[in-house]
Amino acid sequence: MQPQLRILSSELVPQIIDEAFQLLVNPGIKVQLKEARTSLADAGARVEEEREVVQIPEEVARKALETVPHEFFLYNQDGEPSVHYGGDTVHFDPGSSGVNVLDAETMQHRPAITHDLIKVIKTADSLWQYDAQSTALVCSEIPKEIGDLYRLYLVLLFSKKPVITGAFSTKNTSVMIDMLAIFAGGRDALVQKPTAVFDVCPSPPLIWSQFGSQSLIDLARAGIPAQIVSMPLAGVAAPVTLLGSVVQHTAECISGMTIHQLAKPGSPIVWGGAPAIMDMRHGTTPMGAVETAMIDAAYAQVGKTFGFPTHSYMCASDAKVVDYQAGMESSTTAMIGALAGINMISGAGMLDFLACMSTEKLLIDAEAIGMAKRMLKGMQVHTDPLAADMYEGINFKGEFLKLRLTRQLFKEEQYLPSAVIDRGSIRTWQQMGATDTFTRAKTQLQDLLNTYQPPDLPLEQVAELQKLVSGLAKEAGMDQLPEF
Amino acid sequence: MTEQMYSAMAQSIIDGESEEAEKLAKQSIELGIDPLDAINQGFVLGVDHVGNLFSRGDAYLPELVMAGEAMKAAVNVLETEMTKQGTERKMLGSIVLGTIEGDIHDIGKTLVGTMLSVGGFKVFDLGVDVPILTLVEKARTETADIIAVSALLTTTMVKQRDVIEALDDIGLRSAIKVMVGGAPVTRDWAEEIGADGYSEDAVGAVAVAKELLVAKGL
Ligand code: B1M
Repeated sequence: MQPQLRILSSELVPQIIDEAFQLLVNPGIKVQLKEARTSLADAGARVEEEREVVQIPEEVARKALETVPHEFFLYNQDGEPSVHYGGDTVHFDPGSSGVNVLDAETMQHRPAITHDLIKVIKTADSLWQYDAQSTALVCSEIPKEIGDLYRLYLVLLFSKKPVITGAFSTKNTSVMIDMLAIFAGGRDALVQKPTAVFDVCPSPPLIWSQFGSQSLIDLARAGIPAQIVSMPLAGVAAPVTLLGSVVQHTAECISGMTIHQLAKPGSPIVWGGAPAIMDMRHGTTPMGAVETAMIDAAYAQVGKTFGFPTHSYMCASDAKVVDYQAGMESSTTAMIGALAGINMISGAGMLDFLACMSTEKLLIDAEAIGMAKRMLKGMQVHTDPLAADMYEGINFKGEFLKLRLTRQLFKEEQYLPSAVIDRGSIRTWQQMGATDTFTRAKTQLQDLLNTYQPPDLPLEQVAELQKLVSGLAKEAGMDQLPEF
Repeated sequence: MTEQMYSAMAQSIIDGESEEAEKLAKQSIELGIDPLDAINQGFVLGVDHVGNLFSRGDAYLPELVMAGEAMKAAVNVLETEMTKQGTERKMLGSIVLGTIEGDIHDIGKTLVGTMLSVGGFKVFDLGVDVPILTLVEKARTETADIIAVSALLTTTMVKQRDVIEALDDIGLRSAIKVMVGGAPVTRDWAEEIGADGYSEDAVGAVAVAKELLVAKGL
């Protein structure tokens, strides 16, 4: 049995959904794209054109929600299904779109460059704990116009894992889909076996911007999975109460899914988010706060009531270095997300309110994820009786090590952490240089990067990708793509 | 009596009670208190108090923002009266504020706006996704002292430079100072694009704006 956290009582869930449907009518949803308003109106919603406000009656939304697929798979570049969006399956991927990296030599936060992103991709590629890649960093030396697609370009060259990504402009969504299609064997093949999901954000409170609505419509039509990243910021861009924020999240997701399904019924879409409480002292949006994770667990439960695939932003920290706070916030939230059965949990590696990525942290977070995944396997019944037989011949001696069963089962029962986690004796620890977690992560990262094997990609397709991206780079004023 | 009134005014701001502040403003007019005195010896003291507490970490955002709202409510009443009397409240300076074109991040910019107006500036908040020309044009027509540009994306941050260039183009670069901010914006970036001021947060933005006025010789 997979252990579960269900944070909402069975009375609260319908109340949240009911209030969310009420919000769709009063005050309604601001939809800033004309095309989306028109399609909502055609479906039976009331539109106040000048204010761009749409009132979506419950029946209209419910009808659209009926066609949302309850599960789908993401495929790796070898065409194997490797991520399951649906049920209580739990996956993790690194946080995305960081601007800075924590430079492990200088311990400074500095703008990310190509080399940093490649390191992150190789690391996430090598660690089994990460089921998918993200487009983790925006590279500062790359022209901004192609900053979003350049991230995907690097991921495609250095990893075969599926990608959680997103575009920064409507035009680039389409280019990024084309980039994925090169390796999938065309757009149709990509729709059959999608290798990526695209994040799409509503703007709190209750707004679907032009860009957001356009992305929903374009992705639906293209048949490429979309992932709603609704982020009520409790107390500033959403009600201060955790439950109030969950209601807003529900309304933003339902309205987004309605726009999406109206564009093309049956297109895959995920009930996701990156909410946060607002720190009232500093005006920041702490991802590591327990209340943030509580909102996540609660909205996931609401999404599950409808049967939708789910996503959230957890396993990130607001600390500036990889210290106790970083570990505490990342592992607590990772565990809460895992127990809530969230299908894709993004955020590992991140510091400083999602602004900064640390590859060393990504490596350490893999251990928190390993433990969370172990937790999910639950208390397994390997033997019947549970214990009695194992006392045979023991005779009050601590000799269970001699049992065949011990040898057979210990690896199933125990998650075996990497050397980043110190479980040696004090003497071993001293002999190994008396290191802390971060220092060990630095060493291990070096080993990992040294043994990393680049994926065997078909050269023709690599050439096609490079041609596409270097063409766009030229247009953006960059004569040559960086060598690596 | 007037002293009591002033301290009640300050208290209404500290408590973030807009209605109370508005009521006191009206009463002060009936009592014949000079609106400027009501602001400077009454309400402003409350704002300063909350601002100081916030800087020390002893007050929180909701208190700060509510104080700002209460201040606005009082000032509204008093300014109407001043217009009648033909006097004017001297603001520190005027600032055109907005989140740059292509960027819809609202929250930080609005906080900066609240702090600047609480801090004594006249703020024209043009909202989000504001075209460069709109910012510049507004600054020109209002003869603003400062344009304050917020950007939260690495893709849109680059347009902060365009604001400076646009000011150059119409020959107003020396007359109007430009300050920049937003999560990806750094001091280095501000220097690189030739911005006059940079602040990491909303409270700091007020100090920077004041320095810019000094630099302008105001
Ligand atoms: C002029 O003088 C000054 C002086 C100081 C100034 C100043 C001006 N302006 C701000 N300051 C300073 O003072 C303020 C108070 O102290 C501070 O303001 P801040 O705004 O920094 O702080 C606020 C009080 C609280 N912080 C915030 O409000 C921003 C929080 C984060 C999580 C965030 C949010 C909330 C949103 N987002 Co967006 N968002 C993120 C943000 C992550 C982060 N760590 O910043 C960031 C900025 N977003 C990002 C992205 C990628 C995006 N977002 C998008 C959308 C959104 C929402 C609409 C969903 C929402 C905004 C809602 C709203 N009403 O504003 C999209 C872009 C939309 C667009 N065209 O603008 C989209 C592209 C996502 C997508 N694929 O759709 C990332 C940027 C990456 C990059 N390299 O540029 C990001 C860092 C998160 C991440 N890691 O993915 C200071 O910066």
